[in-house]
This record gives sequence, C-alpha cells and structure tokens, in this order.
Amino acid sequence: MSARDHILRRLRSAPQTDAPQAPDARAFHAAERARQPVEDRAARIARFCEKMAFWHGEVVKVTRRNWIGKVRELCAAKGVATLLYGARTAHGKELAAAGVAGLAPYERPIEEWKQALFENIDAGITSTRGGIAETGTLIVWPDASEPRLMSLVPPIHFALLDAGQLYDTLLDAMFDQRWSGADGNPLPANALLVSGPSKTADIQVTLAYGAHGPKELIVLLLVDEEELR
Amino acid sequence: MNARERQSAPAAQFGQRAAAAVADAHLRKSFRGAMDFLIARRAAQFPDAGALERQRALAEQIRQYSLARLPDLLEQLERKLTENGIRVHWAEDAGEANAIIVGIARRHAAKRVVKGKSMVSEEVGLNHALEAAGIEALESDMGEYIVQLDGEKPSHIIMPAIHKTKEQIARLFAEKVPGARYTESVDELIGIGRAVLREKFMRAEIGLSGVNFAVAETGTLCLVENEGNGRMCTTVPEVHIAITGIEKVVEKLEHVPPLFGLLTRSATGQATTTYLNLISGPRKPGEKDGRNAELDGPKEVHLVLVDNGRTQAYADRQLRATLQCIRCGACMNHCPVYTRIGGHAYGTTYPGPIGEIVSPHLIGLAATHALPTASTLCGACGEVCPVKIPIPDLLIRLRGEAQHDARPGHAPLVGQGAARSALMDFVWAGWAALYTRPALYRAFAWLATRFRALTPPVQPGWTASRTPLKPAARTLREQLLERGERN
Ligand code: SF4
Repeated sequence: MSARDHILRRLRSAPQTDAPQAPDARAFHAAERARQPVEDRAARIARFCEKMAFWHGEVVKVTRRNWIGKVRELCAAKGVATLLYGARTAHGKELAAAGVAGLAPYERPIEEWKQALFENIDAGITSTRGGIAETGTLIVWPDASEPRLMSLVPPIHFALLDAGQLYDTLLDAMFDQRWSGADGNPLPANALLVSGPSKTADIQVTLAYGAHGPKELIVLLLVDEEELR
Repeated sequence: MNARERQSAPAAQFGQRAAAAVADAHLRKSFRGAMDFLIARRAAQFPDAGALERQRALAEQIRQYSLARLPDLLEQLERKLTENGIRVHWAEDAGEANAIIVGIARRHAAKRVVKGKSMVSEEVGLNHALEAAGIEALESDMGEYIVQLDGEKPSHIIMPAIHKTKEQIARLFAEKVPGARYTESVDELIGIGRAVLREKFMRAEIGLSGVNFAVAETGTLCLVENEGNGRMCTTVPEVHIAITGIEKVVEKLEHVPPLFGLLTRSATGQATTTYLNLISGPRKPGEKDGRNAELDGPKEVHLVLVDNGRTQAYADRQLRATLQCIRCGACMNHCPVYTRIGGHAYGTTYPGPIGEIVSPHLIGLAATHALPTASTLCGACGEVCPVKIPIPDLLIRLRGEAQHDARPGHAPLVGQGAARSALMDFVWAGWAALYTRPALYRAFAWLATRFRALTPPVQPGWTASRTPLKPAARTLREQLLERGERN
C-alpha cells in the first residue's frame, strides 16, 4: 500500500465524531453585516483610502480623463525611467497611444529576461479586479497579458482601481465575483490580495518597508469628476 | 523505539535549558518586550468581545467540520489540484517527505532551493536532507534568513528571530554577508537582506513554501505573508514545491476569509497581511499556437502532504482538536512560561503551548513528556486561541498519558507512559491505600502532625525554590473538632 492509502486508511478508521453542521460563511456574514450600518460609495472610498494609507500605500484619485497625466507626473517625481506594462490591455494601449515615456512591455517569457526584470525596471503598472474597503486591499488577478511578477519585482507598483469595484469585505468580493467558480469565473492560476508595499517586522519588531517586493505601492483610484474635490 | 521517538533531545534536558534561559536577563527582556507588544497589538484588533466570540465560534466550526470530513476533503483536494495541473505527493513521515522533495530536485538537477516560510519543512528537517544531497537550501523569510545565517533555529513560529537584538543582527551581517558594512539601522539591515535574497530568487531552480490553507473545492493553496518572499519563491523559480500537514485543508473557498481574518489579527495584530497568495495551478501554456500563454510563474507545482504523527492525534476524539490549529502563535505570545524561557528551551520545532500539545504526536512522548508540564494552566492559551482549542485540557490529558498505560478503548500513543517511574507508582499506590482506609489515614495523620519536627529541611525538587513543607501541629479534623467543642 502507498503512503496515501496508509494515511487515508488511518483517518477513515479513526472514531467518528458528531460532525458539526456545515459552516455557512454566507449566512454568518449576512448576520454580521446586518449589525452594521450600510456604507455608501463615498464612505467606502473614504474607508479604503484611510486603510490603504495605514499600510503605507499611496492613493491618488484620478479620473478617466486625467489618469495618464497623473502617471506621467508620478513617474517624473519618482524618477521612474522604465515602466513595465501589459501592452495588450485596454489601459496599456491607452498609455502607449499617449506616448508615455519609458514604457516597457512584458512580452517575453521570464526565462529570457529575468536579470533585466530584476535590475532594469523601475516600476510596473497593473489593473486590479477591485478593492476591499474594510482592510485597504487590492484584488490582483495576473494573467497572460499582465503576468504575476509585474506587481512583485519592480520597486514601485502602480495599480489602477475603479472605485465602482470597491467591496466592503473580502467575502463580499468573493461572493459577488463568484471566485469559487461554481458558475463560470474560476480562480486564475495565481490570484492575489495586496495591502500596501511589502514589509517586515522581523528585526526587533521594527517595521521596515520593501522587504522583498515593492517598496512603494501607488493606487490610482478611478473616481468621478465630482469626487476629485 | 520508533524513529519518531529518537529524533529529539531527551526530555530530561528541558529543565536545564529552561533554567539557563530564565537566568539570561537579555533573552528575557527581548521576549517580554516582544510579547507585550504583540499582546497589545492583538487586543487592539478585537475591541468588541462579542464579535470576537462569534468569529471564534465560526472558525472553530470550520476547523472541526473540515477535520470531521478530513479523508474525503483530502481526496477532493487531490482530485482538484490534479485537474489544475498541480502534482500531489503523500508522505507518512519526515523521511518520506524529504525523499520526495530531494527526488524532485534531483530530477531537475537543481543546485539551489530558495525557501519561503514553512514550519513543516523545519519539522521534517528538510534543509538538512537537501544539504546532505548536495543542494543548497536558503531561507528567504527575513527572520528565518537571519536565524539560518547564525546556524540557529527559529524561536517563534511567526517571528523566528525574535530572540535577537538589532545589534546582534548588525554584527552577524557585517561578519557573514560579503560586502556588508556594520549598521544598526533596521531599514539598512533589511536592505542588505533584500539584496542578497533577490539574487537568490533569480538563480534558484526550485522555490519551496508552506501552505496556510488548502481549499478542496477549487484546488487552491493559500499563502499568507507580509514580505513578498513567499510570492518570490512561488513565482520566480521554474518549480514550486509546497509542503504542508494533512490537517490544513478546508472544504470551501468561503471558509478561508473567516480563518484568514482571525489568523492575521491573532498573530501580529494586523487586520490583514500585505499578501494573500492564492495558487491554483502552474504557468498556463495558453492555446496551441502559444497565444495567451502565461509568461511567468512556475512550470511545475507540487504539493507534499505530510502526516508525521498527525493521524495519531486524529485517532483520538479529544486530542484531534490539536489539528484545528492555524499556527497563529497567539498561545505563545500569551504564555507566561514561553515569555520567560523563549522558544529554544523547548527543543522542538513548535515551541510554546501549541508545541506542547502537538510535539508528542510528531516525535513521541518519550522525547516530549516534560513539555506539557511547562504550563501553569493559567488558561491564557485556550482563551486567545482563535479556533478555540482547549489547550489546558489537552495538556492535562498528555501529562496523564505520559504517566500510565493507555486507558481501555484508547490506542497507546507513541511513547505512552514514558514519564512513569517505579518510585512515583509506589507513592501513588501508597496514597491510594491511605486515602481509601479511614483508620489508616487517621493513624498516618496523627503521626505526621506529632512528629512534624522530623520533616527534612531539604526536600528534593521542592525546596530548590520554595520553603520546606511541614505538617501543621494538629490535623484539620482535630482543629475542627476542637472548635466545635469551644462553641
Ligand atoms: S493553538 Fe490556537 S493560539 Fe496556538 S498557534 Fe494554534 S491556533 Fe494559534
């Protein structure tokens, strides 16, 4: 018998306990939500900004009209000379069409340019599938046009977030976007939640940013014109 | 003797290690400070006691439900992962787990393995096995890296280098990292580690990680971290190997957020970590003509499911609760014993209260029977445990199992009765005889009180740090009788 069979047999021959009822996270969540006041879009945006700032993420409110200008401004201010982007995405095409300087498309398998990615890229810009207000978190689903390392290796990560895709909690996002794939939309090979730049408190519980991943996270939060204030 | 029993240092040395740790003022200050910090941070995350209790009840239910269905869920997990292109391996013990991983490394002619945080890999002694096979195993979690650089083991499951001051780390880096200059700035020290390890992420052929939760319904491995080294290990090298205990599986994806929320807040007092990394497959090859092919991510993903004694805990209705653990470390942070002796004194991979209840299953009671006694039974561990493991009850149970044969209806544990001694058995038999025979008891009590002057001033084990025990001048019974007569 294989190790697998031995282990499963031992587990199956163990005494049965009264199996607890199947946990219903959805019902629990609904009950907890009912105890709290419902937040509107403005409150959700405010909460997201506050929490993201707590994680040392920078939130810059932008609109469809001015976001490319903001990217230019931020890149100039931070001395970003090379900006990694997904050339096949809608926002990537907009960046290229606007002639943003220093754009570097991610178009080759990592094996062919690993060292260059680690050493020569100043920043990466990716889309997000939404955000979570409760914890100040981005939902990032890498794919063929925006690979996984874009949000990890460059020292600065710019993330585009549509304020209309802000959820109150992680469970809200999971249920609404049907992550479990029961009806379409299964999880991608790699899905990520990102809350701020990478950090560590491993030396004398002193917080330091830029442990292994990005040292800076800049969220470009797409809002309506009148929400810019 | 079973292989698991031989692995660890003899239990007898625990007392010596603990005594040495208690005498080290420096170490005690480090731990006291860090634990107070973590306790305050956790408390700030749970301002509403009622809400916390509701969340703990749900988390406990999720873990108990998952365990009740464990064999089915493991099979479902295996099926789903396989569909997703992740290869699943099963290991009964440490040796098998290491052989599987060394085998994968050999197949890829790998020279370097870069490791994200994984307590199970520590538990099975993977670094040792890899090095014996001529493969470099480098820890990449900052704390683990520091500890490995100094040839030590982690002293806390969440904060491995908590026992070190920044000055010690500054000296260590200046000495051991080529080109590093002495600096006490934490930012600069982290910068040095970052530079060294980025180079390693780039060069390693294999990345290794642990798993916090494995989801059966979607075939997903969930990794919780702040640093990004876990993402590096699971994304940059061509091969990713995840290693985990068989107990980590949950049925549904929706079971993860309640556990994740409690894990990060209980562990470090954070509402969330920087990253939650959900891995459901290797790099996708895309269509036949190569369109939509993913450009990064590992080409091969493996999961090694490790038993290593967990099925022993599972086989017992009460001890099974041990497997509910989500490894948050809160029980350590709140333990008055852990805070005073630190993680190394335990001599096991998992220190503190969780270590005291899980280690006997991993390496046997013969090597660990002293550990369940390293508790004041104050109950703090059980009170803070986010999945409501009744740790004090389990400690009492294990103390007993170390002293006697298996009770009827229970299979003996590895090392059952290991702490038993003829003297102790004799004393207890005498005690039972006295207390079940009233006449004998009264005679004994009379003698003990009348000849109290003869009690020895040195009572081994007791008077080392306490005043000697001495019977009262009259028995309680006599005193009460006297009082009755007076009134
Ligand atoms: S036993 Fe409970 S408190 Fe201790 S590490 Fe496990 S989950 Fe956390």
